[in-house]
Amino acid sequence: MAYPSPLNELATRVAQTRPERLKQSFPRLNAEEKNKLLHEYHPDYRADTFSTLRVGPNAGDRTPRELAILLEGESLLKETSLSINQPDYDCDVLVIGGGGAGCAAALIADDLGAKVIVATKLRLGDANTMMAQGGIQAADKDNDSPALHYLDVLGGGHFANIPELVETLVTDAPEAIQWLEDLGVMFDKNPDGSMKTIHGGGTSRKRMHTARDYTGAEIMRTLRDELKSRPQITVLEFSPAIELLTDSNGTVTGAVLLNLNLSGNALSPNYHYTIVRAKTVVIATGGSGRLHYQGFPTSNHYGATGDGLVLAYRAGARLAFIDTMQYHPTGVAYPQQIIGQLVTEKVRSLGAQLLNVDGQQFIFPLETRDVVASAIIRECQKGKGVVTPGNISGVWLDTPMIEILRGPGTVKRELPAMVRQFARFGIELDKEPILVYPTLHYQNGGVAIDPDCRTNVPFLFVAGEASGGVHGRNRLMGNSLLDVIVFGRRAGNAAAQTARTRTANLELTLKHLEKWDQELQKNNLAPVTKSPLILPDYTKKEV
Amino acid sequence: MGENMIDIYIMGEHHRVPDSLTILQALEYAGYRLIRGVGCRGGFCGACATVYRIAGDYRLKFALACQTKVEPNMQLAMIPYFPAHQPRYRLSELKGTAQEVLNIYPEMLTCYGCNTCTKSCPQEIDVLGYVSAIIRGDIPLAADISFDCIMCGLCVSRCPAELVKHHAALLCRRIYGKFLAPRSEHLKQRIQEVKSGKFTAAIAELKNMPPEELKKVYANRDIEPEE
Repeated sequence: MAYPSPLNELATRVAQTRPERLKQSFPRLNAEEKNKLLHEYHPDYRADTFSTLRVGPNAGDRTPRELAILLEGESLLKETSLSINQPDYDCDVLVIGGGGAGCAAALIADDLGAKVIVATKLRLGDANTMMAQGGIQAADKDNDSPALHYLDVLGGGHFANIPELVETLVTDAPEAIQWLEDLGVMFDKNPDGSMKTIHGGGTSRKRMHTARDYTGAEIMRTLRDELKSRPQITVLEFSPAIELLTDSNGTVTGAVLLNLNLSGNALSPNYHYTIVRAKTVVIATGGSGRLHYQGFPTSNHYGATGDGLVLAYRAGARLAFIDTMQYHPTGVAYPQQIIGQLVTEKVRSLGAQLLNVDGQQFIFPLETRDVVASAIIRECQKGKGVVTPGNISGVWLDTPMIEILRGPGTVKRELPAMVRQFARFGIELDKEPILVYPTLHYQNGGVAIDPDCRTNVPFLFVAGEASGGVHGRNRLMGNSLLDVIVFGRRAGNAAAQTARTRTANLELTLKHLEKWDQELQKNNLAPVTKSPLILPDYTKKEV
Repeated sequence: MGENMIDIYIMGEHHRVPDSLTILQALEYAGYRLIRGVGCRGGFCGACATVYRIAGDYRLKFALACQTKVEPNMQLAMIPYFPAHQPRYRLSELKGTAQEVLNIYPEMLTCYGCNTCTKSCPQEIDVLGYVSAIIRGDIPLAADISFDCIMCGLCVSRCPAELVKHHAALLCRRIYGKFLAPRSEHLKQRIQEVKSGKFTAAIAELKNMPPEELKKVYANRDIEPEE
C-alpha cells in the first residue's frame, strides 16, 4: 500500500464496502435534481468569479475574470515599430495551431492544392489533442444512429448547443473515423474488424472508440507524421500568432507570429517577428485551461492560454458560450506532484465508482461531466471528502472494481498510460483506489462559427476547442476529439476553397488595432495587461 | 507544513528545491521560464525528456521531467531537441508490407542488440523487442509493443547503431492501422447510410421539436445496458 496514514486506513473502508457495492447501482438523477446540483455547486455559477466584458462584439456578456482581462488587454505590438509591409511568407491558407484541428485543416487544405503554412506555439502536436485519453465518439453501430448521437450531445449541452453544428458533428462522425483509420490510426477492434466501443458519460449507446488510453496521442502522432511527410506544407514551430493582419475593409489577410526561439534572453531582448500573408486564416489554437479559472488546477497542455480568442476578438469576431468551462470530475488529487492531471473518464466507463470518505457512492458515475464534478464538489464541501497530506479534499475512484467486473488484467490492458502514471508514485491502480477532484479541463465556448467554420469576420475560420457552439454548455466525453477532426477537416476545406476566390498581394495593416484602441479609450478602459498570454509563468510557484 | 529542501544541480548549477517537486516543477521553482523541454505536463508528449545522474554514481538515468520526482544530488539536463532522421514517405503510396519498413529504415538491420534503447525508455517499453519484431517482419507485434511510445527520442539519442527506432515504430503502427487491421464493415455501411440520407428526417424532427418535448424525449431515451 503506497498511501501514508491516514489515507491508508481510509482506503481500507473502500475495500470493505466493495462487495455490497458490486450489487448496487446508484440511481441516475432526474432533470430537476441535476439542475439544482449544478446551480448550487458548479463553478460556472459562482457569480463573483466572473466579469462583464465592456468592449468588443461581446460587450455586456459574462466571462471568467481571467479571460476578460486578456480579451480586454492591449496588443503586444503596441509601441513597437514593426514593419508589416514585407511579408516573410505568402500562402493561401495559414493555420494557426498545430494540434488536432490545425493538422486536420492543413491536411485537407493541402489535399485541395492550397499552399498551406502551419504556425504553432510550441512543437507540432503540442496540444490538448495529444492528452485526450478517453476516446472519440461516432454512431456507427447497428443499434445506434446519428440521431441518437444528436440527442445525447444536445442533452449533455443542456439544449443550448447550436443545432446545425451538432448535426454536422454527428453526421460527419463516421467519415471522420474512416479518415483517421485510412491515415493509419490503430483503433481498438474485435477480431472480425468491428470497433470495440464503450459508454461515456451521457451516452445512450456505446459509441466511444478507443486506442487503449492513448486515443488522442495515437491520433495526434499519426496526423503529425502525415503532415511531416508532405514537404510542400511549411511548418513554423515555436511561432505563436500574436496578432491578426487585416486590410482596410477589416477582412483578415494574415498574421504576425512571434519567434520564441529568437526573441529573448537577457543579452539580446529583441522580439523577432514573422509576417505571414494569407488569403484565409484558420484559428485552431485550442483552449485556455492554463488561465486557471477560479484557481483550479488544469489538465491542459502548457500552451492552452486562449490566445486565439484574444486575436479573433480584437479583429471583431463574435464569441459564444464564453461563460461556461468544463471541470473534468476526475483530476488527480493525490499524489501532489501530478495534481490536476487527468484521470480519464474511461475509468468510469469501465466500471469504477466514485466514493466519499465513508466508502459510499454519492452519484451515478456516468452522469455528464458537469453533474459529476458538481457532486464531488458538494461531497467535499459537506465534509465527506478525503483530506490529503497536501490538505486538499478529494473523493475515491475505485479502480480495483474494474478488475472484479471485467476480469483480472483489465486495468493494465485498457489503461496502460494511467497505470504507468500512478506506478511512478508507487500506487497500483488495479489494487488500490485513487483520489480525485475536479480539474479545469475544457473551454466549452469560443469563437462563434457556422458548419463550415466561418466566423463573422471575412476570411477568418475557427475550428476545434477555440470555437464555440457545438457543445453548448457542457461537452460530452469523446466529442472533443471528434470535434477537432470533423471541424478541422471542414475548416481546411472551406478555407482552401475560399482562398481561391481571393487575389494575391493582399493589403497588410493593423488598422483593427487602431479601432480597438479607440474603443478602449471611448470606454475609459486602461488595459490591465498585454495579451495574448502565450505561456503561463510558473517560476517559484507550484502548479 | 515545513518543506524538506534538497540539493540538485541543473546543468551544473546548484539549486535548493523542495523534495516534493517533479523535475519540471523544480526547474520552474529555480527560476527557469521554460519554452523548450516542456509540453503537455501530463506524460503524453515527450517534450521533457531528461537525462540525469546522482552524484557519485557514473550511470546515466532517463526520465520525463513532468512525471518524475527530484532526488537529492540529482545532476540533470534536458534534451529539448534531437536531430533524428525522418525519411519522407507517403503512407497512401505504400502497400503495407514488412519489407517496406526495412526499405525506408534499412539501418534497422544493423541493430546489435545491446538493449541500451530499452534501458533508456522512460515509458518502460521493450524497445529492443519491437526492433527485433521489425527485423523479423512482424509488423503487428512491433505496432503492439511500441504502442505506448511518446516519441521523446531518448532511445535514439543513446543508440550506438544510430537507429531511428521511434519513427520506424510509428510507421509500423500506421501500416498496421491502415493495411493489416481487419476492416470495420459497420463503419463502411454507416457512411453509406449517412450519404444516402437515411438519418436526415430523424435529425430534422429533433431539430424542429419544441424544447420541452425534446427534453422529454431526451429524459426518456433508452440507454444501452452495460452488458
